[in-house]
Formats: sequence, C-alpha cells, structure tokens
Amino acid sequence: MTEPGRISRRPPSDGAGLTDPAPTNYEVVIGLEVHAQLSTKSKMFCGCTTKFGAPPNAQTCPVCQGMPGVLPVINRRAVEFGIRTALAFNCRVNPSCRFARKHYYYPDMPKNYQISQYEEPLAEDGFLEIEAEGGSRNIGIQRLHLEEDVGKLLHEGTLETAQSSLVDFNRSGVPLMETVSRPELHSPEEAATYLKAFRAVLIFLEVCDGNMEEGSLRCDANISLRPRGQTELGTKVEIKNLNSFRNVQRALEFEVRRQAQALDAGERIVQETRLWEADRGYTRSMRSKEFAHDYRYFPEPDLVPLRLDRAWVDEIRAALPELPRARRQRFVSQYGVPAYDAEVLTQSRALADYYEAAVQALGSAAAGNRADRPKTVSNWIMSELLAALPGDDELAIQHSPITPRHLAGLLRLIEDGTISGKIAKDVFQKMLASGDDAAAIVAREGLTQVADEAALSQIIVTVMAANPRAIDDYKRGKKEAKGALVGQVMKATGGKANPALVNRLLEDKLSKT
Amino acid sequence: MMHRPIHELTDAYRRGDLTPTAAAESYLARIAALDQRVGAYLTVVRDDALAAAVESERRWRAGTPLGPLDGAPLALKDVLCTRGVRTTCGSKILEKFVPPYDATVVERLRAAGAVVLGKTNLDEFAMGSSTEHSAFHPTRNPWDLTRVPGGSSGGSSAAVAGGLAAGAFGTDTGGSIRQPAAFCGVVGMKPTYGRVSRYGVIALASSLDQVGPFAQDVEDTALLLAAIAGHDRRDSTSIAAPVPDYMAELSKGVEGLTLGLPDEYFIDGMDPEIERAVREAIEVLRGLGARIERVSLPTTRHALAAYYIILPAEASSNLARYDGVKYGLRVAGRDLIDMESRTRAAGFGAEVKRRIMLGTYALSAGYYDAYYGKAQSVRTLVRREFAAAFAKVDLIVAPTTPNVAFRHGEKEDPLSMYLNDVFTIPGNLSGIPGVSVPCGFSGAGLPIGLQILGRPLDEARVLRAAYAYEKATAWRTRQPELV
Amino acid sequence: MIDRKDVEHVARLTRLHLTEAELERMREQLNSILAHLDTLRLVDTTGVEPTSHAVDVVNVMREDVEEPCFSQDAMLANAPDRSGELFRVPRIIEE
Ligand SMILES: [Mg+2]
Ligand SMILES: [Zn+2]
Repeated sequence: MTEPGRISRRPPSDGAGLTDPAPTNYEVVIGLEVHAQLSTKSKMFCGCTTKFGAPPNAQTCPVCQGMPGVLPVINRRAVEFGIRTALAFNCRVNPSCRFARKHYYYPDMPKNYQISQYEEPLAEDGFLEIEAEGGSRNIGIQRLHLEEDVGKLLHEGTLETAQSSLVDFNRSGVPLMETVSRPELHSPEEAATYLKAFRAVLIFLEVCDGNMEEGSLRCDANISLRPRGQTELGTKVEIKNLNSFRNVQRALEFEVRRQAQALDAGERIVQETRLWEADRGYTRSMRSKEFAHDYRYFPEPDLVPLRLDRAWVDEIRAALPELPRARRQRFVSQYGVPAYDAEVLTQSRALADYYEAAVQALGSAAAGNRADRPKTVSNWIMSELLAALPGDDELAIQHSPITPRHLAGLLRLIEDGTISGKIAKDVFQKMLASGDDAAAIVAREGLTQVADEAALSQIIVTVMAANPRAIDDYKRGKKEAKGALVGQVMKATGGKANPALVNRLLEDKLSKT
Repeated sequence: MMHRPIHELTDAYRRGDLTPTAAAESYLARIAALDQRVGAYLTVVRDDALAAAVESERRWRAGTPLGPLDGAPLALKDVLCTRGVRTTCGSKILEKFVPPYDATVVERLRAAGAVVLGKTNLDEFAMGSSTEHSAFHPTRNPWDLTRVPGGSSGGSSAAVAGGLAAGAFGTDTGGSIRQPAAFCGVVGMKPTYGRVSRYGVIALASSLDQVGPFAQDVEDTALLLAAIAGHDRRDSTSIAAPVPDYMAELSKGVEGLTLGLPDEYFIDGMDPEIERAVREAIEVLRGLGARIERVSLPTTRHALAAYYIILPAEASSNLARYDGVKYGLRVAGRDLIDMESRTRAAGFGAEVKRRIMLGTYALSAGYYDAYYGKAQSVRTLVRREFAAAFAKVDLIVAPTTPNVAFRHGEKEDPLSMYLNDVFTIPGNLSGIPGVSVPCGFSGAGLPIGLQILGRPLDEARVLRAAYAYEKATAWRTRQPELV
Repeated sequence: MIDRKDVEHVARLTRLHLTEAELERMREQLNSILAHLDTLRLVDTTGVEPTSHAVDVVNVMREDVEEPCFSQDAMLANAPDRSGELFRVPRIIEE
C-alpha cells in the first residue's frame, strides 16, 4: 500500500455537502489501483504466518520487523500467484523482473522502505473484460507487481487528535499484489463494476480471499474530468481509502461532482491525494503542501533478479481455471439459466463447481431428462444455500454440510412427489444442521408425502364433516372457502399431503355434495 | 601463549598441553590489562566466553572436538548480530540494541566450537578507515598507540595484532578488512561477494559488504574462512557453489601461477616505502616460481568516485530504519517527525550524517541517472576490466594501501580519508576475493600489506599464494610490544 | 551545486534534524565531495549496463512454508516506548 501520508489540519470545506446530480458536460476518466493480499501461508520475505487476528506483534520475526542485519527471501508461491493473476488478466509476464526499494518514512513500515517493484515489474499490458454500458469492454491493465504490506497503526482517538499512536507489525511483510488499471473507466459505476469483476477473478484464481472488511483487497482511484471533446486529460486527483464497492462508487460520484463544480466555477483542479471519509460522505485533501513524493527507488540489492522460466509460466497457464466471465456465459448457454443466476452462481469457483456438481448429480439421480432442472438447482442454491453460506467464501462452500449430491437427492424427492416443496425446505434446514442426506431425514421423520388417494379421501371426508360452514360458503359462490378446506386437510396430514392431489379430490367431493 | 596462531592452540589442546579454559582466561586477563590502552573492544562477554570454553574443554577431553576451531578465542566486529549480546555498530543509535538472533556467521562459529570473547570497535556503521569515528572511543594501533589501526574493522585488526584475540572477524565494504589488516600487520581476507552469508550482518552497503577473517597467519585465515563460507538460504545473494578444502590447497605453492601487476596501483604520491616493499614481495613470489605480467585496470581511478556514490546511496537506505520506533535510541520530540529527526540527529555521528545526506541526494528525483545509475555503469566497467585481466593472469598482486597507519586526527578532511581505500575499493565493486598479508615494515616500524586479488570464488588460490609468500618470509615473527 | 534549500529538502526526506550551522557546513561538504565525484562524467558508459549485483545469481526463492515466529517479548524487548503489546510513537500529525 502506498503511505497514508500526513493529513492537513484544516477542516474540509471544499466540496462537502455537494448533492447535485452528476454533470454531463464533462467526460470522467478513472483508473484504479488495487492492492490484493495474496493467500500464501507465509509472508512475502520471511516464514511468519499470514493468519489474520493474532494478538499484536505475535506474528513477527527480525525480518518482517526490519531489524538490523536481516535479509529478505522471496516467497515462490507469491510469485506463482502473481503470474497466475497476470495470465488471467492477459498480461505479458516479463521474462526478467526485479524488486526495488521504495522509500518513505512511516512508523508502520519497519525499514522505512518498502520492497516493491518499479522499473521491471512482474507483468504488464493486460486487460480485464467488464460488462459496461452498451456491452462488454476491455479495461487495460498497465502493470502488476509484487510487494510487501506494512504493519497496522492504531490511534488513541482519531489520527488528528491522537497524542500517540500504536504499531502492530503482524501484517508487515504479508505479500501484496498491486495492479494498476489504465485510466479507461468512464463512470463511478464502471469503476465499481471493474472492481467486482477484478475481485471475482482473484477469488476464482484462489490467489486472494477478496475479504474487503479485513483489508485483503484495497482500492485507490485516480480520477480526472475533461470537457467532452477535449483530448488531453484533466488534472488527476488520487483518492484513497475506497474499501468497498459502495465506497468506490460513492467516493467517485462525490469527486465527479466536486471537480465539475470547481471547473464550472473556472477553478483549477489541484493535483493531490484525497481521503474518502465514508462516514461523512466526502473526500478531503490529505497531504500538507511541503510534502513532496520522492521515493528514491533503486534496485533491491538484497534480492537477485528473477528470470522467469518459460516452462514454469506455461505450467501455470495450463492450470488456469475457467474464469468467471467465461463460466457465466457457459452457464447461460449450457444450462439455460438467466444471466442473473449465472452471475450469482459464479461469484466463486467453489460455488460454480458446487452448482455444476449438483446439476449433474440430479441428472443422474432422477429419472428422465427435465429441462427445468438446472434452474431448479439454481433457485435452491440462491434462495436456500446462500441464505446460510457466503457464496464468495471458497472454504465455506467447499465444506458445506449439504454436499451437491445431497442437494440433488433432496430435489429428486420433490420431483418424484415423495415430499412437497414446503417440506423440502424443512428437510433442507435439517440437512444443514446434521449433514445427513435428504432420504434419511425424510424416512427417519416420516415426512413422506401422503399420496394415497384412499387415505386422503378419508381425511377429506372427516374435514368436510367438521366444516359445514365452509361448504355452505363454497356453494354460495365463495370460492376461497375451498382454500380453507385445503388448509385443514394439509394440517390434518402434518403438511405431508400432496397439494395437487388434495385439490383434485376436494373439488371432486365438493361438486358431488 | 599470546601471538600463537589458532592451529597451534588447538594442537596444544589436542596434546593436552593447554586447555580452552586456560586460553580463554589468559586472553580475558590480557584484555582486562591492556585493552584500556588499545580500545579494541566495545563489549567483552567474559561469562559467556568462559562457559563456551568449559564446553570446549569437555569436548577436547572426551576426544570429540567440533573441529579445528573448537576452543579458539575469537573477537567479532560489532556489526555481527549476537543473540542476547548488545550489537552497537559503533553508534549511539544502537547503543542499547540487543538482537534476538545470531548472524549466520556467528551461528556457524558457535557450531564450530569457537569461544567468542567479545565485540570489537569500528567506525560508526563501518563508515571510515581509521576506527577513530566510533561513537564510543577510538581504537589505537598496537604497533604505535598514537596511530590508527585502520578501519572500519580496526577493533578486530588491533585485537589480533595486540594479542587480545587469537583471530577475529570483520566486514569489508571498501577495504575495511584488508586496510586495517595491512595497518596492523596481520592477515585479513575479504572473500568473494556471496561466499559468506550476510544474514545478521548490520548492513552498510548491501551490494558491497562481505564478512571475512583476521588472523595471525594464512593457515588460520583458511581455517576461519572455511568455518563461515558456504551457501545460506537466508541470504538470497549467497552463492550455492561448494566450498573447496582450503587447507588442502594451501601448500601447493605458486610455481606456474601467473601474477598480474596492475600499472594503476603504483600511483604518484604513494608512500615510496610501500612501493619498495611490495615490489620486493613480488620478487619473492617470482623467486618461488610465479610468472609476473603487467595488467591494466584503467577504470581504477574512477572506482573511488563510483564507490562514494553507491555506498552512501545504499547506506542511506539501510539506515532509514533507525527512527526511534522499534529499537535503539529515541529522543523525545513534539510529534513523530520531530522525534525521528531528533533521534537521528542525536544518534548518528558527523560522517554517518554526511553519507546519509549524500546518498539520499544521489537517489533523489532528477539525480538518479547522473549519480547512482552512472556509478553502477562504471562498476560494470571495473568488473569487465578485472575479468579481462583474469583471463590472462591467475592472481593480481598490488599494495593494500597507499600509505602506512597514520596518526589519530591526521586525516580530518573526509576526502583524504576516502583516498585510503583507493586500492581496495575496486575489489568490492567487482565482488572478487582479496587478502592482505604482511610484507614488511616502514622505517618507523609500521607494517605494510601486500594485497592479492583473485577470480570470483578462487579464494583457495589467493590463500595459496599468500601462504607461499608468508612461508618464504619472516615478517610474521615480529610482534608489537604492548606490555 | 547544492544550495541551502536542497540540503533542507534532503534532510527532511531522510528525517535528519540539522541546526543552522550544520546545514551550512553540510552544504559546503556535500558540494566539495560532489565536485570530486563529478569526475565520473568523464567515463564513457554509453551502452554499458549497470551492475547492481556483483554476483550473477538469479531466481532465489523460498518455498511457502510457515516457520515459527519470534515471541512477542523478544520482538518488543528493544522498544524505546510501548503500550502493552504495541510499539508507541508520538502523535503523527505535526504540531
Ligand atoms: Mg503499492
Ligand atoms: Zn517474519
């Protein structure tokens, strides 16, 4: 991550409280810089664990605390994850890359330089296809590089008022992958769409857990406005602290308005870094004027260059999974599910795998070939499974107590009339709690649907005898009275009666009275 | 017992004529009696040393010594991190720093059974050539206490010369082992960059620093190097090549070897006594069967300038971490930046500040290409010239320094101090191994060093030539009289 | 030539407090040293690649294996100021 910088003490007045709708006389130009924590076991340059949530300073060693004398050693897995992502983003993986030191002082950065990449990054020149207004579009990715994360600062109060701050170096040295897009996004919505698509790819590649609350994915934006028709770019402003999709969009929307208003008033936009204050809904200037960037990059002498072996890159390429976009399109064409379903089902590789496994299991478990099965599976996943488990959590889905085969088993019981859809929802909850398969639960709890005409007729006769008022109402034309009778029958059978059969038998008997 | 090389001490341990405890005790006694005057040590670890000596003694008695260094009383330059023992780098900013870990070199020495007596003085952060610029006290040359021992590893060279340690380790970034070895009349070796792990060595200039031994003779030098050389997975710049058996190579002589004599190492203004001593040494080697051939290393005269850009640049980066946040000195300030700026102002000495400023400037926006980039290209030329020379000759012989040990306070101007390293710096820029071996004395009785440089990883041949020369001469028999 | 403002800028970049007198002396010394280093301009380095490593080692990487961390106590022992398990630093916003 780039440094938070120092914050001016002047209260933010500029732009705060703007509520005008987005202006149309300017073209918006946005580029995003995303830092993703890589899901390695150990840190970028030492063997310390990357696990989240330990007590402060319990997950460090001399290397990640930047003690005198220590040296870094590159984590091969981090490089592999970088290459995997670069290939997924259609980047050119540079045959030779190296690390560089980036210098600035901040107390959460132990060496007061960050080991990053500068002139020879891991990969360059790729793109990510997103669904934009008016169809899909390729958003250029300028570069992708690896670096180390910094520690965490805790302020006693807020940064502005704190008399002192506290440092926890647990996160220091966790591998980060920085990806810089080209300034090719044209609206705040597009920026949010890009970030969503970006995150989905990382989750699919299993290189980052995508957890924005825990800071596994962090986003900064560059935004400028120019009058429509003008070719040169306007002055760009960098916005930091955009740590959710909603914040990306809100902050950029605010910034579009702020800049447009300034331009309308004939003011010049100042090239600066601004911080998004999510709680207050505005961006504010971050750096004091005298602070100039001068990172003094030079090649990291403690690390040697990487000359990436073609065979290794090819091996990683060959093992790339089908990416979210391609899979989404295939789900629509192959299974005939709506685009919306396809999008939900492809929010993680585990969920997409789950879906396909369930569809396949249902196909082989149930008789015949029904075209609506894939949609039925999708409905059950979207309304039931995802109510219980987060769909973008690979591990949660992989370890779902209801396996795809068990879900298929449940749906087969509905298809063949063994249980009703309503009962099935109860069975689903029981499966979730116990991990047992549907047939076992239905048998154990006697939930089999009453589909025996003789038995049901007997119950209907009893119900009708007990409800002469309802029968009178029905006869006088109050058709809804039948519903009350159905309800009574269902109640009498503990919900196990086949509703279609109850309806038919009841109508038959009512017509004969 | 003092001034007996390690291989003689351990022979005596083996025979039972001497015990490691007795050896350690006498060294500690001598340090207690004499180091007031020399100032070789910053920290003496008496109890740890005696405990290690007792362990060693037990092994020797059991006939299971860990090797040829078991029980050897050694001193470590205070840039080598020692677990639980403060490691200061000769700086106020690290005065109270106690590392929680051992440098790889220290780990290997402990594993070899060495008895560490203490941590030796140096110019602050190894920036200097005289060991006058330690934040704690200057070190004096045992041959003449009014003179400097050289630097920056002057504490280690003075300890070995003064009989205050049987052997020692230092670091050489631009000559900081070879120059003090020459000034103190001991053997000092800078191995090939990457031959010895830098893990746990407090960095001056990461692309130039290398750890190496100081010893009383070449045989000890080989023993000490063998104990620390070899690949370390914690140092990405360490070389994975196997370590040859230096001892087995040692006595093969110089017959048939071609030695290169670089024109550029005999410059105007160099001490005529040094030139004479070195030329005589070359005649000795010729007499032993070596062929002598002139070589040219024309970029030598620009090496110093390149070095004084690369070193400050890397040092300014390496020293950025000393900010009063995690370890070391903190001076109170009204806010973070004020605290950091005052801590660094109070914690660093004048030369360190100068180099940090110079290096920061050389790396700053707009100057990188003119300074750092240019210096790194000049470095390429220096490397190429050595490679071309080594295509024709096996070794290069030259003076180690242009002058003998100077008086304390004699070189106040930083530039004249920098010139002291003019013959050693090219070896660091190109990463090649080099040794300084005593080759005579000036009229005033001050030692002179002969420098022998070799191809990358060819330490064995460098040592072999040094050994042949040492055996053919009697310089080693002279000792300074401290008492 | 480095002027006073350059020296102040560089001192600020590297967090070094210098008194008025030190700033002036530093300016003089840096200029004198840089004048000597400027001889590098005389070397023709057209087309010469820079050397950043004296060794030709490449591709050094470690496997992604967790190793035990150091204890909290060991890692906090050298702290000039701390609050429990955390390092403490003075206020970050400049006075
Ligand atoms: Mg970054
Ligand atoms: Zn660590």
